[in-house]
Order: sequence, then structure tokens, then C-alpha cells
Amino acid sequence: MSSLVTKVRSKQIEMLLEKGKRLDDRGLLDTREIKIEQGVIEKAEGSARVYLGKTQVLVGVKVGLGEPFPDTPNEGVLTVNAELVPVASPNFEPGPPDENSIELARVVDRGIRESKCIDNEKLCIAPGKKVFVVFVDIYVLNHDGNLIDASALAAMAALMNTKMPNYEVKDGELKMKQGYTPLPVKSHPITVTTGKISGHLIVDPWIEEEQVMDSRITFATKEDGSICAIQKGGSGYFTPQQILEASKIALDKAVELRKKLDW
Amino acid sequence: MNEKPDKLIDKKGIRTDGRKADELRSVKLQVGVLSHADGSAYIEHGKNKILAAAFGPREVHPKHLMQADRMVLKVRYHMAPFSVQERKSPAPSRREVELSKVIKESLEPALFLELYPRTGVDVFIEVLQADGGTRCAAITAAALAIADAGVPMRDLVVGCAAGKIDDTVVLDLYDAEDKLGAADLPVAYMPSLNAITLLQMDGSLEPAEFEKAVGMAIEGCKKIYEMQKEALKTKYMVVKEVEE
Repeated sequence: MSSLVTKVRSKQIEMLLEKGKRLDDRGLLDTREIKIEQGVIEKAEGSARVYLGKTQVLVGVKVGLGEPFPDTPNEGVLTVNAELVPVASPNFEPGPPDENSIELARVVDRGIRESKCIDNEKLCIAPGKKVFVVFVDIYVLNHDGNLIDASALAAMAALMNTKMPNYEVKDGELKMKQGYTPLPVKSHPITVTTGKISGHLIVDPWIEEEQVMDSRITFATKEDGSICAIQKGGSGYFTPQQILEASKIALDKAVELRKKLDW
Repeated sequence: MNEKPDKLIDKKGIRTDGRKADELRSVKLQVGVLSHADGSAYIEHGKNKILAAAFGPREVHPKHLMQADRMVLKVRYHMAPFSVQERKSPAPSRREVELSKVIKESLEPALFLELYPRTGVDVFIEVLQADGGTRCAAITAAALAIADAGVPMRDLVVGCAAGKIDDTVVLDLYDAEDKLGAADLPVAYMPSLNAITLLQMDGSLEPAEFEKAVGMAIEGCKKIYEMQKEALKTKYMVVKEVEE
């Protein structure tokens, strides 16, 4: 974190930002190149691999059967988990999820859940008894920064690619049938993270920038331009003006990404 | 569980607990409530009852977490099993792990971490009763506990949420409003520095509503900030009188 190298690099990044430049030649508000591959894991009901620059995230979706939560008896269940596997970074260690992977999973979960992009009632088989459970597992394969945006993108791409098994209920018994139906995905939240380095706001921070940035703020937004989830992270702060600026950046960026991805 | 009322806010702008849209719940603060902690504070924010204790600066445990160039702040946010309607398992949930992290990051900007290398400050937060907005109330209490421990700070940190119920932006949601409302936006703020150190949101807000909610939460923080300072003075004024 705070090695001498990082401090030198920090100065270099700040000096570049003063001139409106970044280490990797991007503009302050430019996103890295995005590449999405869907259906890369045949055994999963849905999957997607997303490249955000050199960051690589694979999301697999498994659909199972389970009980609904008592307070939402006629809705399916969504669970999001994230694994920062050791192949992705020398700083990741095997073991149970730490605070970073739990935060990542919960921020992605919030974006999906609060945007109500999955038609949850269509996942209900028998109210109060049986529903489909959608397991979204985020697998970070290469950590080159901004895992939140890459994971949110991969999770959405995987859900859009997810199929649920067909079934019928005969005499109160559940029978699986041949074939699949696509998961009912109604909308597409877009997540944009902005980092702050010595007063400058930058979109899609990569690893070198993450190591020196004060704080980050993530906005998940919907097609109608409303905000459905926010998360501030990092040990620094934002002024109220910077927060509003970041929200505007995130909304503009989302429009641009929607056009690019055709979401 | 109670049934959802038709409206969370009526035509006169009165909420289900009798408050107006921009009205805070009653807040009571007490500093130095525990004798073995280096610093401590207790908050009653509406029906939330939360205890915070701070230890340090002291040696970092386990040792490998020690940083050669700065202090390490550790925060544990924990809910008592009896603090909510359904018993909560005392094992840390994913929610508690995330909240511990964001609360830590909301307090760090207030500390001079680089001035205390190789040391640690530990903050333990126990939610004894929860009624919506616990992370904000916890931050308000935790900042007082750190100050009470005598750790120099740039400013106190105050937590207060805003949100949206039905179609109205309101201040300081309680449990029912949080669960049934349209959006919840917890904020932590350092008033003297005009710095937002925690911001989260779930639900749905138009950009204009978001701007209004942030402003409202900041106003709420400023009110609680005055009470925080008062609570600190109350403790240390008493000490002064005894000495004389």
C-alpha cells in the first residue's frame, strides 16, 4: 500500500492528473475497453466473462430450488457471492471471504436487487413453499482495478444469458420438463465507479490508481435515469459538491455505456 | 409483523411515528460510560440503543496487521441477538462485515493515521437495540468514543440518514420506513470540514431527490454534531468541577 514505490507513483499520477492525463493515456472520464463473452460455462445456467481493460471477471449463475423468504412468499431468491481467488492477484489469499469480497458481492447484489431488474414473481413455483433460487457467483480472475464495475457488468451479462428449467406442477408435485425458459430480466442497471485522487475525479480507476486513491464512489443507475444503489469506499472523503459531480458523471457514463452495449 | 400501512406519510406531511419530513428522532448521547475502555459512548437515537468503546492507541493484534508508517483503525460493528424482532445469530453476518468496513472508512478521514505509526485503535460497536439507521447512530457514538479515548481528531464524525417514503424525501428513517419506504441514504459527515465520509443508498431516487436527500442528511448531521460536542463537554466539565 504505502511502499516507497507507491509514493513515487502517487506523485507521478497526481502530476499527470493536473494536466488532465492518466498513466494509461486515458482521459479522466474515459472507461477502459469493455469486452463481454456470454455463455462461456456450459454447465452453468448462465455465465459471462467480462474484460474491463486487463481486469477479468467471470460470473456463473446456477439456478436451484429452494424456499422463499417468509416476508416475500411469492418471490424467487437472489444470492450474490464473490470470490477473490488467488490467481487474480498476488495480494489475494485463499480462505473464507474477507471484507473486500463481501463488500464487492453486496454492492453488486444491491445494484441488481434495487433496480428490480429480475421479475422475481416469475421465479415463484408454489407461494410460500417453492421458488427458484438464483445463485450469482462472481469469480475475479485478474485484478487490474475497478472490480465493482467489472463484476456488476459480468453479473448482468450472465443473468441476461441465464435459463431456468421448465417445470409443471401436477397434483401438487413438482416435475421438471424438457427445455428451458430465459430468466425474466426486465431492465439493466449500469454501475459506474469514480475514484478521487487529490481532488480529481476519475472514472474506472485501474490498479495503479486504486493503490493511491483517497476514496471511491459507486452509483448504479437505471434506464430512466434514476439511481438505485450507492456505495462510498476507501479511507478518504468527498465534499457534497464532489458527490453531486460524481453522480452526474455516473449518469452520463451509464447513458454512454448503454449505447455501446445496446442494453 | 405489522401490516403495511396505506401511507407512510399523510396529507399534512406527518409520518407514522408523528414526525414531520425533516424532523430527527430524539437523540441522547453520553460519553465515558465504560470504565475499562480508553473511551466510550452510548447513544439512544430513537429506539436505537448503541454502545461504542474505543481502545488505543495500542499495540496492533495480530502483529502482522501493523503498519510501519501509520496507525491501523479496526472497527467491529456487531448486533446483539436480542436487538431485533427475530433473534439474530451472534456470529458476524455478511451485513455486519460490510458495515464494519464502511464505518471504519467513515472514521479514518477524521484521524491523523500517519502520526501514530505501528499503533492501532480498536473500536467496538454493540447494537443493543436496532430500529433503523443503526450504522449512522453507531458512527455518531464511535466518533465520541474515539474522542473520549483522547485520540486527536480532525473533526467529529456524525451519522444521519435521509431517504424517501411514498413520494417524499424525509430525514432519519426508522425501521418501518426503512423497510417499506422507497429509498434509504445513510450519510456520515464531518461538519467543520464539509466532508462526506460515508454514503450508501438502496432503493430508487431521481437525481433531484438524491441532491435534496444529501442536503437534508447533512442538515441532520449538523444538528446531531451540536449534541455530540455538548456530550463531550458534559463529561469533561464535570471532571473540572471536581478538581477545583
